[in-house]
Amino acid sequence: MDERPVSPFLKFCAALAFVFLLAPVLVVVPLSFSGEVFLSFPPKSWSLRWYEAIGQNPKMLDAFLFSLKLAAAVTITDLIVAVPAAYALVRLAPRGAEAMTSLFTAPLLLPTIVLGLAMLIVFARAGLLATPQGLYFAHLVVTLPYALRVVSTALSTLPIAVEEAAATLGASPLTVFRRVTLPLMLPGIVAAGALSFLVSFDEVVLSLFMSGPRLSTLPVEMYRHVETRADPLVAAISVLLVLFTLVIVVVVDRSLGLAKAFVK
Amino acid sequence: MTAAVLSAPIGREAAPGGPMLVALLLAPIAVLNAIGFLLPVLNLAVMSFQEVQASGAMTGGWSTAKWQAVATDSFYWELLGNSIRTSLVITLLTLVVSYPIALYLHRSTGLWRSLLLVLVISPLLLSAVVRTYGWIAILSDQGLVNAALKAFGAREPWRLMFNLTGVTIGLTEILIPYMILALLAGFGRLDARVEEAAATLGAPPFKVFWRVVVPLSLPGVALGSLLTFVLAVSSFITPKLLGGGRVFLLATEVYDQSIVNLDWPLAATLSIVVLVVFGVAIALYGRILKSVG
Repeated sequence: MDERPVSPFLKFCAALAFVFLLAPVLVVVPLSFSGEVFLSFPPKSWSLRWYEAIGQNPKMLDAFLFSLKLAAAVTITDLIVAVPAAYALVRLAPRGAEAMTSLFTAPLLLPTIVLGLAMLIVFARAGLLATPQGLYFAHLVVTLPYALRVVSTALSTLPIAVEEAAATLGASPLTVFRRVTLPLMLPGIVAAGALSFLVSFDEVVLSLFMSGPRLSTLPVEMYRHVETRADPLVAAISVLLVLFTLVIVVVVDRSLGLAKAFVK
Repeated sequence: MTAAVLSAPIGREAAPGGPMLVALLLAPIAVLNAIGFLLPVLNLAVMSFQEVQASGAMTGGWSTAKWQAVATDSFYWELLGNSIRTSLVITLLTLVVSYPIALYLHRSTGLWRSLLLVLVISPLLLSAVVRTYGWIAILSDQGLVNAALKAFGAREPWRLMFNLTGVTIGLTEILIPYMILALLAGFGRLDARVEEAAATLGAPPFKVFWRVVVPLSLPGVALGSLLTFVLAVSSFITPKLLGGGRVFLLATEVYDQSIVNLDWPLAATLSIVVLVVFGVAIALYGRILKSVG
C-alpha cells in the first residue's frame, strides 16, 4: 500500500502547529537559566541561581520528597490491585466483566474538579484532609483506572496457547500464572507502573483539594508559587521535571512502546 | 471459555474455585471504587440539597436554596454562558491547530512517525502547571510576545494575560494532544487510494482535501471535539493561573466556592451543572455521530 506524498503546504501547517504545541515547554528551558529576579523573557542576564534556589527552598524539597514517596506507594498498590483484577476480568471473564471494567474506569470520565470536590466533602468528614493517607487514597482512585486498562490490554494481547500448553502439561493454575502469564505480561506491568507513577506525580487538581498548608505535593506547591509570585524558580523545577519525566518515558518506551500504552 | 480451557486438566478445582476466585481477585478494586468514587459522587448530589447557615455551617436540614439561587441569579447564567462559549471557541481552535499535525502524522511512516507521536503525547505527561507557566513566560507583559513587539517599536504591552485571550491560548495548547489522538483514531477510514482516485479523476488538491479527506475524518473530528469541549469546561488550573482571578468560569467557581468560601452545597450544585453540560455534550455527540455515520 503506497502512501500519499505529503504536500509542502501540509508540512508547513504541521510545523507551525508543532511550534505552538511545544512553545511553552521550550520557553521554560532558557528561562530557567535566567539571572533575573523576575520572570521576563528573554532574560537580560544568565546564571544558575534558580537551580541553587531549589536547594534552598525547604517547601519545594519537602513537597518533592513527599510526591516521590506518594507516587511510589500509589504505584505499588496500583499494581497489587490491578494485576489480579485484570486477570479476573480478562482471563476468567466472569459475567458482566465489561460492565465492571466500565465501573472501575469511570473515575477517569468524571471531571477531576467534580471528583475532587466529592472527595473533599467525604474525606473532610473522615478526617483525612491534608493527611498522607487521604492523598494516597485519592491518588489510588484516579490512577487505578490507568493501571487496570494498560494491564488488561497487555493481558488480552497475549497468546493464550502458551498458557494452555502449560496447563495441559500439568501445571496448576497458580504455576501457569506465576511461570508463564506473569513473565509474558511484564512489559505491560512496567508500563502500567510507570503511567501510574507519572499520573500520581503530576496530579494537581485532586491534590489541591486534599492538601493543606503543611502537607502538599510538588505540583501543588508549584501551583501556589506561580499563583503568588512571578520568578524563574518554577522554570528551573520544570526543567528538572521534564528530564525526570523523559527518563520514565524512555523506560516505558523500551519495555512496551509509549504510543501503545496510550492508543493500544 | 478461557477459564474452562485453563482449568480443564485439573477439573476438580475449577467449578468451586471459579466465582469465588473472581470475587477474591476483584474485591480490592471494587472496595476502592465504592469508597473512593461511588460514595463521594452520590454524596455530592445529596450535598447540593443541604441547608447551610450564613456562617457556612451545615444545619443538617434540607433545602433547595442553592438550586434556586443558581437558577435565578443571572451571575450563574452568565457563568454558564461564558464557560460554554469559551469552551466552544477553544474546541474550534484546538481542532484547527491539531488537524494538520494529525493528518501529517497519519501520512508519515516509520521512525519519523514514532518520534513525532512521542512529541505529541509527551506534553500529556507534564503537569498542566508547568505548561501554563510556560504560557505565562510567553504571554505576560514581560514575556516573549511583548518583548518581540517592543523590539518592533510597540510602546504599550499587548495584554494577553489575566483575560480570556490568555486562557483561550493556554487551554487550546493544553488540549491539543487529546484532539490529535482522537483525530488519529478517526483517520483509520482514510485510505490513500480514495484520495488518489479523486486526484486522478482531476480534482485539485484542495478539492480532494475538502470533498474526500474532511468528510471521511468527521467521526474523529466529532470525538475529538467532544473530548476537548468536555475537558475545557472542567479545567480550572489554566484558567485560574492565566486568568489571574479575573476570568470567571464554571470550573473556577466550583473551586473558589469549595476551597475559598467553603460553601460546599453551592459548589456541589455548580459541579452538578458541569455534569449536566457534559451530559448534553455527549447526547449531542451521539446525534451528530448518527448523522455523519
